[in-house]
Formats: sequence, structure tokens, C-alpha cells
Amino acid sequence: MSARRIFARPARLAAIAPYLWMVLFFLVPFGFVLKISLSQTAIAQPPYTPVFDFAEGRAALALAFSQLSFDNFRLLLQDNLYILSYLRSLVVAVTSTVILLLIGYPIAYGMARLPQRWQGVAMMLVIVPFWTSFLIRIYAWINILQHDGLLNRILLALHIVSTPVVWLSTDSAMYLGIVYSYLPFMILPLYATLSKMDASLLEAAGDLGSSPRQAFWLVTFPLSLPGVGAGALLCFIPIVGEFVIPDLLAGSNSLMIGQTLWLEFFTNKDWPVASAAAVALLLLLVPPLVLYDRLQRRQLEGGR
Amino acid sequence: MPLLRIEGVAKSFGNFRAVDQLSLDIRAGEFFALLGPSGCGKTTLLRMLAGFETPDEGRILLGGSDIAQVLPHERPVNMMFQNYALFPHLSVRDNIAFGLRRAGMARKDIATRVAEMLALVKLEGLEKRKPDQLSGGQRQRVALARSLARRPQVLLLDEPLAALDKKLRESTQGELMELQRRLGMTFIIVTHDQEEAMTMAGRIGVMDAGRLVQVATPRNLYEAPASRWIAEFVGDINLFNGQVAARENGRLTVSTAEAGPLAVSELWPPVTKELVSVAIRPEKVKLSRRAPASDAGLSQTINRLAGVVTDVNYLGGVTSYRVKLETGAMVRSSMANTARLDVDAYLAGQRVVAWFTADDCLVLEQ
Repeated sequence: MSARRIFARPARLAAIAPYLWMVLFFLVPFGFVLKISLSQTAIAQPPYTPVFDFAEGRAALALAFSQLSFDNFRLLLQDNLYILSYLRSLVVAVTSTVILLLIGYPIAYGMARLPQRWQGVAMMLVIVPFWTSFLIRIYAWINILQHDGLLNRILLALHIVSTPVVWLSTDSAMYLGIVYSYLPFMILPLYATLSKMDASLLEAAGDLGSSPRQAFWLVTFPLSLPGVGAGALLCFIPIVGEFVIPDLLAGSNSLMIGQTLWLEFFTNKDWPVASAAAVALLLLLVPPLVLYDRLQRRQLEGGR
Repeated sequence: MPLLRIEGVAKSFGNFRAVDQLSLDIRAGEFFALLGPSGCGKTTLLRMLAGFETPDEGRILLGGSDIAQVLPHERPVNMMFQNYALFPHLSVRDNIAFGLRRAGMARKDIATRVAEMLALVKLEGLEKRKPDQLSGGQRQRVALARSLARRPQVLLLDEPLAALDKKLRESTQGELMELQRRLGMTFIIVTHDQEEAMTMAGRIGVMDAGRLVQVATPRNLYEAPASRWIAEFVGDINLFNGQVAARENGRLTVSTAEAGPLAVSELWPPVTKELVSVAIRPEKVKLSRRAPASDAGLSQTINRLAGVVTDVNYLGGVTSYRVKLETGAMVRSSMANTARLDVDAYLAGQRVVAWFTADDCLVLEQ
């Protein structure tokens, strides 16, 4: 009773704070975007109609409200451009996440098994690239990959190729850029779970007749799945909406949804369609999030 | 040929010599305890038996063949870990079946063996639980069942009861002994708790600084410790330093600064040094208001030390007293509380005589 009174106010504030943050910086802006997605494009400032004007009274508001429609979402479903962009985004995100896992897991595993004093150094090496602006690093890749770039010069000098290879503006370049940029986001959660792993579990597995390889697949890997999930999600979600890397490194023949969105917004000045595409993207990302949440909850419950 | 023969085994970590030229034989069906303070090398020795550490020197012969270099998963030896090391993602059943599956046992036999093990440790009905849904005592039993499931030739137990509370520890000690007798298996337990070692083990090996300093039955370890260090490590003891003054018919007279001349029966082998310590366990020191009148009734020499009671600690079963002698030295005595009402109990400040027979004394080299 008395304890409750002592803790009540600050505790309640602390509990509300994240919701307040969500409402202010996610729900309210999302409401704006949702509203725009239901509007029609117009040559005006702002470039859509209707505009809610609370000063004009209830009748005007009701009229404006009646003008909202799902036309933009219908367009998204009808026009191949959008569906293909979404599909491409998913394919790129899934492929990149798989590549990231295949590269990130061994690195994280190696880091976790380093002597304690080297683990901090390894961690720094993973994080250090962040000290340089992301955009600069992508431009550096353009420099390396372009026609007379570093890579081609080395390949020519070593007589591995006789004519310069086209690297830039290909899907390979884009995947390279994505994997390069997102690798730390995959390594860090994996490293966090792997380094927490109790070494005596592996000894127990060995004691009970597992070879080191069996012990890895039967003990280490299943116990690292929360890290795999976290890393995969941390990479997958932003990659789906990735704009800069595909725009700078990939060819222009097929677009990811982030690029399509940018085009609609800035080039076509069609805010409503761009907003509809953004809302649809969000809806697309909800299922994997829910799935992950449920998996994690099941793990917490002990999977009865 | 003993089941397990450890021959001149040594292991260093950097400059630290964890196990130093240690040799030991362990018979089949024995309950053996490795006892020692932390850092004495007992756990390292156990880990070499399990295969987690490789000895730098020496041989480990199990049933006649050297297993010193054999990998853990290829040894017919299992270990119960101090923290249990249960697989958190597997159910109780899968934890116990883990080793059986690796051994390639048939599905049906695994089910039978798991049920058998669950009955053995009285955990029937909990096979679907995950480790984090069990109490500490239940986890301990799962760990035991898992390590016994493969029917190892030797079961290694690393401080298996350290994480349990006192009551549970005592009942589990009894169960472990019961189990070991029933299965006829060889158990090697590592512990720093001398009471635990003495309760459970048939023989105890005391380790200090990587060496085995004495291997003996619990009784011999307590009543005939091989050195002053062991006498102090195992149980409580009063020690008086002195010099051998006279020696006749197996009886020594040791003159001590703190307690005057003390009569001591000499053990075999006789002490060779002149500087010795007379050691006497507190429960062998009796207190009385007046000195026992003569030695006639006891047929042996009695040492009498006059002093004043300074501390009285009532511990239930026994009461332990501290008596300050005229020289300023302290003597500890513990006496069983054999009656519920003890009108004769000594009080602090009371003048008493602490006395003990020559046979109850030990003479140890300093």
C-alpha cells in the first residue's frame, strides 16, 4: 500500500513515456501520411486535396472527409510498377539478409571465442566504419567499382581479366553495398548472444558424446537463434525500404520500393500515391515483426 | 589392477602448476572424494579425467588403456557439472536422452532408459519441463540423471551439491550414496566441504598446491592426519608447539611453551624431528571443575591444563568452549549435550581444568 504510493507517480510516468513518444513521433505523423494517402493529387500548395481546415466549421470538414478515397491503394494494386517494386524489395531484403547471416555468423562466432582482451578490439573493428559518413563510404565503393576503378585496375594488373569488368550499376554492386553497410547490425546482436553462451554447455555436450561439430549444431546454434532473429530483423526491415544504396550502386532497370517512393514524391510530386506506397510498405513489414515477436515470446515461456 | 590409475600427471597453466606429478589409484565401485581448498588443483584433475584438459605429463589409465589424450566425447566417463550445465532449450527428457542419442541408441531403448533414469532420481512427470521451470534441487537431479544415463565407467561430480541449501544438501548426500551403492558405479567427487567428503566417500584424497598430501578413509584422515596442515584443514584442532623432552616405551614427553609438558602416545611411524606440535581435537578435551584425582582409574597418562572459560557457544548438539590457560594460550573443547537440562554447564569466567589422555593426542612434525 505505502510502497505503491511511493512508487506510483514516477513509475506511472516512466510507463507512459514510451507510449507518449510513440504517439508523438510515430502515430501522429503516420496519421498525416495515412490521410494524405487517401487524398487526391492537386496542383496546389500543399499538392493534394482535400485539405482539412478546422476553421471552416463542421460541414466543411465532413465534406472534406467524404472526399477521401482508397483510389491510390487501388492504383498500387493495379499498376505493375508498384507490385514489382515491392517484390524486388522483398527479394533484395531476403537475399541480403541470408548473405549477411552467412557472413556475419562466422565473424560473430569467431569474435565470441577470442580471448577476452581481444574481443573489445574486434568489436571496435566492427564499429569503426561507422565513424565515417555512410554516404562517403558508398561513394568510396563507387570509386572502387567504376570502370577505371581500383578493383578493375588490380584485376587488369594481375591479368585476371583482359578488359575492364562492369561492376557498377549491377545487382552485385548493390548487394555488395548492402552487405557491407549492414554487416555490423548483423554481427552485434549475434555476438551478444554468442558471447553470453555458457562454455560449460559445450563441455557438457562433449562429455555426453558430441563431437565439436555436433555440439555446435545441437547446442550453440539453437541457443543463438534469438540473436539470429534479432540480427535478421534489424537488417531485413531497413533493407526493404533501402533507397540510397540501390540508387547509387544498382542499375536503373528495376527499382526498389524506396526508390519508387522517392520518384513519386519528388519527381512526380504525387504525394498521395507516395504516401499510399509508404503505408503499404509499413503494412508489408508488420507480419515479419509479429512473427518475430511471437517466436521470442514462445522462447521466453520456455516453449511448453 | 585398479579401474583408474593416475600416473605422474602434471598440468600447468602458464607459470602456475595446477597439478604436480600426481599419482592415484581408484578401485572399481569406489566412492572417492578429492578434497582441498580452492586453487589446490582438484578441479583441474577432475577435468583431466573428463578430457577437458590434457595433462602435460603422465598417464591416465582407465581399465588399462591410456585415455590422457582421448577427446571428451570418446571417453566412457561422464561428468556432473557444478552449475549443472543443463541445455536450456531442451526438455528434461531431451536433456537426459542427449547422451543416449549421441551413442546411437535405438529410439525404444532411449525411451526405456530415460524413464528408468527419471524414476531413479524421482522426477517422473516432469519430463516435458524446461530447466528454467525446475527448482534448484530438481535441476540437480536432472543433471545427475543425464550424467548417469550413459552408464559411465566412472562418474565425475564437480561440487555437485554446492548450489543446494543445507537441508537439501544433506538429504541429497544420502541419496547419492544410496545410488552409488545400488548401481555399483565408481564415483569421483570434487569438493571443498570436508564434512561432505567425510559423509559420502569411502576414501578421501586431500590435495594441496597440486599434490595429493594424504589418501585415507575419513576416520584415518581425521584421527591420524599425515601433517599439521591436514590436521588443521580437516576439522578443528588445538596445536601446541614444543620439543621432544623424553621418549620411553612409546610415550613421548613434549615440553611446550604454552601448555607445559604434555604426555603423548607415539604413533607409527615415530617422529624423527625434535621440533613437533602436539595436536588434540576439541571433542577429546574434557572440562571439569577439579582435576581428575589420579590416573589409576584411567590406566593411562592424563594431561591437565588449568584455565578460565572465556567463551561458551551453545550449538545444539554440542557446546564449544574456549579456555584461557595461565600462559595465555587458548584451548578449545567441545562437549556433547547429552542431557536436555544440564545444571553442570560451565559459564564464562569459571575456573576449570581441561584434560585429555595421551592416546588422544597426536604428535606432528612442525
